[in-house]
Amino acid sequence: MKVARRALIGLLSAPALAQGAAQIVVIGGGFGGASCARALRRHGLAVTLVEPNATYTACPFSNAVIAGLRPMERQRFGYGALRAQGIVVVHQAATGIDTTGRRVTLSGGSVLSYDRLVLSPGIALRFDALPGYDEAAASVMPHAWQAGAQTELLRSQLEAMEDGGTVVMAIPANPYRCPPGPYERASLIAYYLKTRKPRSKLLVLDAKDAFSKQRLFEAAWAALYPGLLEYVPLSAGGRATGVDVAARAVITDFGNHEGAVVNVIPPQRAGAIAQIAGAADRSGWCPIDPVSFESKLVPRVHVIGDAAIAGAMPKSAFAANAQARVCADAIAVLLRGAAVPEPRLLNTCYSLVAPGYGISVAGVYRPAEGLLADIPGAGGTSPLDAPASFRAAEAGYAEDWFETITADAFG
Amino acid sequence: MARVLINIPAAARRGEIIPIRTLIQHTMETGYRPGADGEVLPRDIIRRFTCTYDGEEVFSAEFSPAIAANPFLSFTLVTTNSGPVVLRWEGDNGFAQTETREITVA
Repeated sequence: MKVARRALIGLLSAPALAQGAAQIVVIGGGFGGASCARALRRHGLAVTLVEPNATYTACPFSNAVIAGLRPMERQRFGYGALRAQGIVVVHQAATGIDTTGRRVTLSGGSVLSYDRLVLSPGIALRFDALPGYDEAAASVMPHAWQAGAQTELLRSQLEAMEDGGTVVMAIPANPYRCPPGPYERASLIAYYLKTRKPRSKLLVLDAKDAFSKQRLFEAAWAALYPGLLEYVPLSAGGRATGVDVAARAVITDFGNHEGAVVNVIPPQRAGAIAQIAGAADRSGWCPIDPVSFESKLVPRVHVIGDAAIAGAMPKSAFAANAQARVCADAIAVLLRGAAVPEPRLLNTCYSLVAPGYGISVAGVYRPAEGLLADIPGAGGTSPLDAPASFRAAEAGYAEDWFETITADAFG
Repeated sequence: MARVLINIPAAARRGEIIPIRTLIQHTMETGYRPGADGEVLPRDIIRRFTCTYDGEEVFSAEFSPAIAANPFLSFTLVTTNSGPVVLRWEGDNGFAQTETREITVA
């Protein structure tokens, strides 16, 4: 009942309720959920954000934390600005969703009613996908693919490793959160080893042969980390088929690779609440209408961010933020009973391959044949033959991007 | 010579079922795909794979244009005697490659 009363206070303090008493519930307080709640509130709607954690720990730039280039504090964000805007923020987990009665049950037992529900649950790591790699294994061989304690665990393991040790990384097949993220991480771990533990090696095992910004990464690796970073793609036996926790080894079809530090990024699916809502299909991800981000499986439920099947759009914080704003606009239009205009969405991903050395990929997307498709000729990647000043400028843009997007999402 | 990865146990007990895994780096060009100049790239695939053990064929596979690049095969055999396991790939444009591994059966 406490929650319902707080929801009422939020409603009364709203400046002008253009949509009457329409109630929007947003589940998940990451880049997608926080951005969407704020955009919905700007439309004058009554918004409740459900997020179990009082503090959000951002994944973008967390690879720099792992490499000791950035303090963890700069990754943390609170929800004060959302509350100040009149959004009701409930720090509980959503445990049940009745999509017929349009009700969300919270871990505290209370129930929220909604007219429209937005799910932005991010990813769940699949601890059933890679034999031997379960939650207990992640405390020995961290994934660090959800920022927080895992990020700090991988950082501390790298710090504790003796010079001359081998670091092993295992990278999954598509789709997964942040397509260029593993390669940025490999770059920055290599930078840490080169500068602090130069007799060490980094072995990067990949379940695929092609990846985002590949030519830029490979050119940078050849220039900056020759002999230190060894990349093994699928076609050279790089696909992990399991792990041996006791031996701290990644198992492949052609041999086991032991490491002093082992970072396993396992396969993923949409966050658990997407399954509970019935919004995820057999792939583990959520099919959506690319115009409104409404689920193709359950009405009046919208899915944004990493959990959604967004076609050519990658699973990134920038994409989640862009989708959040399109989704909020669509919900405001739908509540008025009007037709949703066709959106254009933008994504830019910056990656650091060393301090002061940034590379980027950008894309523009529009709905086509039920998915979001790349608009040919729009976007692109950083040039291959750019001078150091260009790379330094892009590293600076990456910092600016982080400030901008976290300000938009968290205030 | 294409790069080949092979995982065959060097030693096994008689009658043991052992896994054979192999991957060969090959583009498996389908013959249906246009290249950068718009012209269809000629077909270039591996057409046949055979595995003999101690002189006898124990496994073979016919490949088609639908088989992905860098074909990966995984199969098992039952050990009888110590002897060579010979893997052979043959394909378009006279492609042929043979790899041999000895198994010691005790």
